[in-house]
Amino acid sequence: MKRIVKAKRPIDFKTKLRRFFFGTHVTDSLFAKITIYTLLISIGFLYIYPMLYMLSNSFKSQSDIVNPMVNWVPTSLYFGNYQRAFSVLNYFPTLWKSMFVTFLPALIQTLITSVIGYGFAKFNFKFKKMWFVLVLLTFVIPVQVYMIPRYVMFFNLKLLENPLSIILPATFGQGINSAIFVLIFYQFFRMIPNSINEAAEIDGAGPYYIFFKIGVPLAGPAFITSFLFGLVWYWNETYISSLFLGSAYPNMQLRLANFVSEYTQIYASDELLRINEGVRLAATLLIILPMLIIYFTIQRWFVEGVENTGITGE
Amino acid sequence: MKKRKMSRGLRENLIGYSFIGIWILGFFIFMLYPFVSSIIYSLSDVKILGTGIEFQFQWFENFRNIFQFEEGFAFIEALISFLKELVFQVPIIIVFSVLIAVLLNQPIKGRGVFRSIFFLPVIIASGPVINELISQGAGGANIFESYGFISIIENTLNPALAVPIVSVFSQIIIIFWFSGVQILIFLAGLQKVDRQIYEAARVDGAGPWESFWKITLPSLTNLIFINIIYTIVLLATFSENLVIVSIKSNMFNINTGYGMASAMAWVYFIVVMMIIGIVALIFIPKNVKVKGAKQ
Repeated sequence: MKRIVKAKRPIDFKTKLRRFFFGTHVTDSLFAKITIYTLLISIGFLYIYPMLYMLSNSFKSQSDIVNPMVNWVPTSLYFGNYQRAFSVLNYFPTLWKSMFVTFLPALIQTLITSVIGYGFAKFNFKFKKMWFVLVLLTFVIPVQVYMIPRYVMFFNLKLLENPLSIILPATFGQGINSAIFVLIFYQFFRMIPNSINEAAEIDGAGPYYIFFKIGVPLAGPAFITSFLFGLVWYWNETYISSLFLGSAYPNMQLRLANFVSEYTQIYASDELLRINEGVRLAATLLIILPMLIIYFTIQRWFVEGVENTGITGE
Repeated sequence: MKKRKMSRGLRENLIGYSFIGIWILGFFIFMLYPFVSSIIYSLSDVKILGTGIEFQFQWFENFRNIFQFEEGFAFIEALISFLKELVFQVPIIIVFSVLIAVLLNQPIKGRGVFRSIFFLPVIIASGPVINELISQGAGGANIFESYGFISIIENTLNPALAVPIVSVFSQIIIIFWFSGVQILIFLAGLQKVDRQIYEAARVDGAGPWESFWKITLPSLTNLIFINIIYTIVLLATFSENLVIVSIKSNMFNINTGYGMASAMAWVYFIVVMMIIGIVALIFIPKNVKVKGAKQ
């Protein structure tokens, strides 16, 4: 269309010039392209600035940190920060402990919320609307409101400082942001036409058989997205874990929160190895490293998941 | 055999409840029971004894104490500064994520790379990590300080306004970091807008500026509402949030204990709900589909 219109009208030099810079469409023009890329690259740089800062400073030795001439690139790659951070964090045993309160609840939560989401999506039962509103409400209620009684409850059950205090709520669909996962599965299963269910029912399949044989295989993307988000949210969660697990079962994040005091305890006598930003940032990087690795290996599942699962609603 | 006897309605009810039953059970054990207990705690003097926990009902004493105890003042101060920051941060996050989503929605090369960069913070933004980054000066403070930006604000505005603005700018990158999920939600929304509407608008002589205000933004109203709620909840439950830190420290404080900490949690809950209510009042009259809310 555009070309035909162009051909019919003779264009003077001025409009040609204008078209070249501003284009006929906002994204056609060189000017717009440059603006968009400049904006994206500069904001993108600002966005990963903390990461770059962390990376650069974690490899700096004490003399590099105090040296005002050294800005981004350290004079030599210094691994001492990582060595010390690694031992203070007690890295691998802590990682193992963290897995228990990250992978397990994320996995269980995903499975349970898929069942719940399917129930809401495919069946009509009494008070369904009420329960659904309650599901949504659990998302907005701040954790603080019910956390103290939950703490007392786990105290009475002798489950404090035990990974079960994190895993149990997830088992009943009351884990971190479980409401969002119920919604994801609800949206996803609703997209599967009901006629498939009806056809299977006529063939004599029961509702559970249909769920496992038709629902679950179709919902692969929703499962992966939910699991990954659960993983990330459990990994980054600190409020509940600091209350329920405490210092008796320290996970990665708690170790980082107490890093300064633990570090100074170990290296108190050594004047040369005083705590500095290099070693603190090395510890921070070590904490986020497992999630970074997961993210960069399968990042499309994270990003596209939000679109594919229809969480934005129709 | 049994199935045939049951009416279809009853059968569907039973099956439906068999799927969501575990949630209902969990809701009662891990939600409703603690929720109700929390009300009782907040109205009681809770004492932890060697034999167990003892409650003494005392009506609104805990709430009154918030305005009388030193710990209470600290809590109220934290709450007010949280609200001030919220007023600045939520619009920044929403505007920023709309901007990034619109930019990413253009036909550009390397979309995937940019998208992964803008989502990256969601993966790593935990309380301790962000704490470390801000305290080690990676939050963006030094960028703005080096241009004398912060001292300009401090010198020109009166302190009541300058303090929250400066605190916003000194951690501006971290604030941007809270917009990862929102960007993706907006992006997904933008991709559903029919391209032909833009074509039609262009034929009618609308420039990109008008198209943005007349087409893009109205089509996002729903998602803006959802994202505002999401952002408020995200900031309100962030574990390094001063109000939350204050509530937690009061839990194990002998002067205040579980009772007063619960009362504080309730004050916090009501304030957050009121903010969400105000946002809903602003948005719902504009034909926002309520069904889509909070998703």
